Amino acid sequence: MRADLRIVNAAQRVEGPLLFLKRSVDVGLNEALHVIGPDGIKRLGRVATLDEESLIVEVLENTAGLGVADTVVSMLGEPVCFNVGPNMLGRVFDSVGQPLDGDTPIPAMRRMRIDGMTINPARRALPRDFIETGVTAIDLMNSLVRGQKLPLFSGGGLPHDRLATAIAQRARLRDSDSGEFAVVFVGIGVSHDVAEGFRAAMESSGALGHTTMFLNRADESSSQRLLTPRYALTAAEYLAFVEGRHVLVIMTDMTNYCEALREVSASHGEIPGRKGFPGYMYSDLASLFERAGCLHGYDGTLTQLPILTLPGDDIGHPIPDLTGYITEGQIVLDRDLDRRAVYPPINVLPSLSRLMDYGTGEGFTDADHPALASQLFAAYANARRVRVLASVMGQEGLSDNDRDYLAFGDAFEERLISQAMARTLEESMAAGWQILGLLAESELTRLSNEQIIRYVRPEKARA
Amino acid sequence: MTEATVSWLSGPVLRAHTTGRFHVSDAILVGDNRLLGEVIRVETGGIVAQVYEDTTGLRPGDHVTSSSEPLSIRLRPGLLGNIFDGLLRPLAAMPGDTVQPGMRETVPVSLRYRPVAKQGDHMHPGQLIGEFGSGVVAGKHLVPPGVGGEIVSIAGEGDYEDDQVLCVLRADNGIETQLDGGHDWPIRRPRPVARRMRPREPLVTGQRIMDTLFPVARGGRAALPGGFGTGKTILQESLAKWCDADVIVYVGCGERGNEMAEVLNEFPTLEDPRSGKPLLDRTVIIANTSNMPVAAREASIYTGITVAEYFRDQGLHVALMADSTTRWAEALREISGRLGELPGEQGFPAYLSSRLAEFYERAAHVETLQGDEGSVTIIGAVSPPAGDFSEPVTSQTKRYVRCFWALDRDRAQARFFPAIHPLNSYSEDVAALARWWQARGNPDWMDHRRQILTLLEQRARLERMARIVGKDALPPRQQLTLLSADLVNEALLRQSAFSSVDRYCSPERQTALMQVILRFVDRAAQALEHDVDLERIAAMPVLRRLQRASEEVPEEKVAQFRLLMARLDEEFDQLERRESHAR
Repeated sequence: MRADLRIVNAAQRVEGPLLFLKRSVDVGLNEALHVIGPDGIKRLGRVATLDEESLIVEVLENTAGLGVADTVVSMLGEPVCFNVGPNMLGRVFDSVGQPLDGDTPIPAMRRMRIDGMTINPARRALPRDFIETGVTAIDLMNSLVRGQKLPLFSGGGLPHDRLATAIAQRARLRDSDSGEFAVVFVGIGVSHDVAEGFRAAMESSGALGHTTMFLNRADESSSQRLLTPRYALTAAEYLAFVEGRHVLVIMTDMTNYCEALREVSASHGEIPGRKGFPGYMYSDLASLFERAGCLHGYDGTLTQLPILTLPGDDIGHPIPDLTGYITEGQIVLDRDLDRRAVYPPINVLPSLSRLMDYGTGEGFTDADHPALASQLFAAYANARRVRVLASVMGQEGLSDNDRDYLAFGDAFEERLISQAMARTLEESMAAGWQILGLLAESELTRLSNEQIIRYVRPEKARA
Repeated sequence: MTEATVSWLSGPVLRAHTTGRFHVSDAILVGDNRLLGEVIRVETGGIVAQVYEDTTGLRPGDHVTSSSEPLSIRLRPGLLGNIFDGLLRPLAAMPGDTVQPGMRETVPVSLRYRPVAKQGDHMHPGQLIGEFGSGVVAGKHLVPPGVGGEIVSIAGEGDYEDDQVLCVLRADNGIETQLDGGHDWPIRRPRPVARRMRPREPLVTGQRIMDTLFPVARGGRAALPGGFGTGKTILQESLAKWCDADVIVYVGCGERGNEMAEVLNEFPTLEDPRSGKPLLDRTVIIANTSNMPVAAREASIYTGITVAEYFRDQGLHVALMADSTTRWAEALREISGRLGELPGEQGFPAYLSSRLAEFYERAAHVETLQGDEGSVTIIGAVSPPAGDFSEPVTSQTKRYVRCFWALDRDRAQARFFPAIHPLNSYSEDVAALARWWQARGNPDWMDHRRQILTLLEQRARLERMARIVGKDALPPRQQLTLLSADLVNEALLRQSAFSSVDRYCSPERQTALMQVILRFVDRAAQALEHDVDLERIAAMPVLRRLQRASEEVPEEKVAQFRLLMARLDEEFDQLERRESHAR
């Protein structure tokens, strides 16, 4: 790190988030700097454009109060970095990695670039360790594995925070040796009560000591909002790949992040893309989500659980659409289920876990798990189809077989998806076999004869 | 070597003062880290260029060098079984856990070499000079395109590094060319061939819905569009695993890093059903994941197709999987926007269509310069926003491909894979491939195929009708159509990529399965004519056996289908006998 290089009297113009300077020192592209106004506040910035005479600085914080004559710029001589070190767990930080809890700053063991470095795909290990969350719709139907990035697609008023908190409290590996775990909670543009609710829940389950929080409040500037997940993921990378922990990063709410991206892009005068979001939003989101994963030769892993509230409950909106193309599946919360008091209101059909096939089955969970999940999916999809038929002409026009499906569909939502308490995978599977007993055997085309005899017939007999 | 000095920098775009000569599309190296870039515009005394890598830390005054050649990659033996980035830099050999920017010297590959031509021979472009080693570094040493002449000297049999001179040619004008084990080729220029041939044989994919209903010819072009979660990647991976190409070039363009890990993790453990060797040994992976620089993403597609053509020129059949061409088009859009070009539809540059055409036209079944037969088949995934097939990339791609495998969200949500929608997909290669199926033991392939598609079409129509009048109100004949179509869907078209029995289905097993299913359809219709109750037919024990046949009759027991057929006939005979007795 080079010494603090101060430039005085170089500012020529302030325009939105951009500060135009005369170039009097040797700086490189993307290097970080502090812009200090007459108010004495240090604002983080980075070099966006430079030529032989001048340079343009993108100020990453609020530019209110900045002038031309009395602005001092101090160059840091390197890209934006975050000082990370031991004892980060149990702490609360603000958008730009400063302690919010009034405690002393953390000892800087390492300086890591907040943008992270692109993981070499050849060094990635395939995520295959099944995480048991206690939620049947996830464990049985859309299994989560360590190193995965699996977002919750939700909507305003749906219980995504409750679900995320429950997963953070409960997630564990099935074998006893689950290693050191940690939770990084990233509140992006969240209100105080959401952050406090999460903190209280972690405290009550005794897991606060394993939790690091990064909070960007709703009233902070948009450019800061873009920094928050970067600081948090840098901390998560440190916890995972330096300290060797299994880190679960919960990011809420990514919709606020994308809105901020749109605002900052507009203030830069960039050409807008779909619904005004910048064309590079896919790449930008990927630079966050791709920081999840497992690496060869490292014990720690980084799992991401971002939360998105779908604008207008529209899954085709650019934010969920681009997210879905980057993440390894999605868990979709459903307003209809929520109205019918099904908790967790997860609609399994549009939900998906891409890595499920790698982390389930023989040697991972249970040899019959994939076939059971596949059969439940097929049957539930058919049940939904029959429901549409029945809604048009009533149950009278249905065949017996179709009526079985209607009963199955209700049981699926009320007895399998809905749960008052966490279930182990075994309990979830048992519930699954049980409701399959409602269907004729000839319908169970995705199960082998042995599976039917062993699991479904006893349930039928009991019924 | 010409030089320039950086004068202006913004993101990946730079301007530089020049002293020597620069040309549009020349490759450049920037700064101490030798970051790779490409000249976009040339002015008097200056250039505008884009850099393919992270430009953090660059500053005015940094020097730019260029060898006045367009962006090229070095084609050489030893590519198979390896993973590269979008500019063909080996990723496995890179130190550290993260991708490091900058061009480094490539590590030479040791090779066994055996000369075939001899001193004094007159060589034409594409002619065979010698042969390289064995296994993954096996290959032909051919005269590169555009070079020729008399052999002045040639290396004897022995071990060499790939950058050692193996042969010296003297052209008629006296200019000598030194040839080592590899050569550079500009990625945006198609490699020459003797002539293009018409499609004759299919690329057998081992996936029933593709081979049987919508086959792609060797040298053909196919698109695989689908919204997120419809199974594009799994299907691309299945094709890469089981299709009967000699070489697979797998381009991960702007997609997930874990997908590359999947390929690297799985392919060494799977066996090529034809050669018995690990699948990785026939695969080249080009990985430009979504968090790698966007400009290199644009180049990665061309890198992939150039590598594919290199193997094609050795007389091999190559399949190129590009996942996903939408990310490539978005990279074009991003760069175009930064250069201030006028945007076309949805912000994509106006030349999107011609770029797509150029890319897909590089797929072909050809006679190589050496006189061998080779092919490149392109299978491009498309990721339309919100699954809307009317968006520019999908609709433009549709103009240039011959096979369209439309993925369907409803099928995917019911976990019905491959989720290719049989009514929205098509193949223009069908007529050309009928003869091949005849030779492989299914003379009625065209008929069977049409029968199946008709059945599925009728099902869609009846389903709509049933929604209004109720299923029970349909006459038995139509209810039987629904039953038959469901059987075709479940037993023939559904195929699990994760089942060790069914992930690959040979043409013979496809034919046997199709025959027995269509026999059921025929016999059931006959039985209905003989007044057999539909419920009786639906309750036949053989029906369940048929539904699970693809899962329970493995490749090596295809003969069991004959037993199944006999069983089916027997059950129907019984049904009909009982019915006539009852009367």
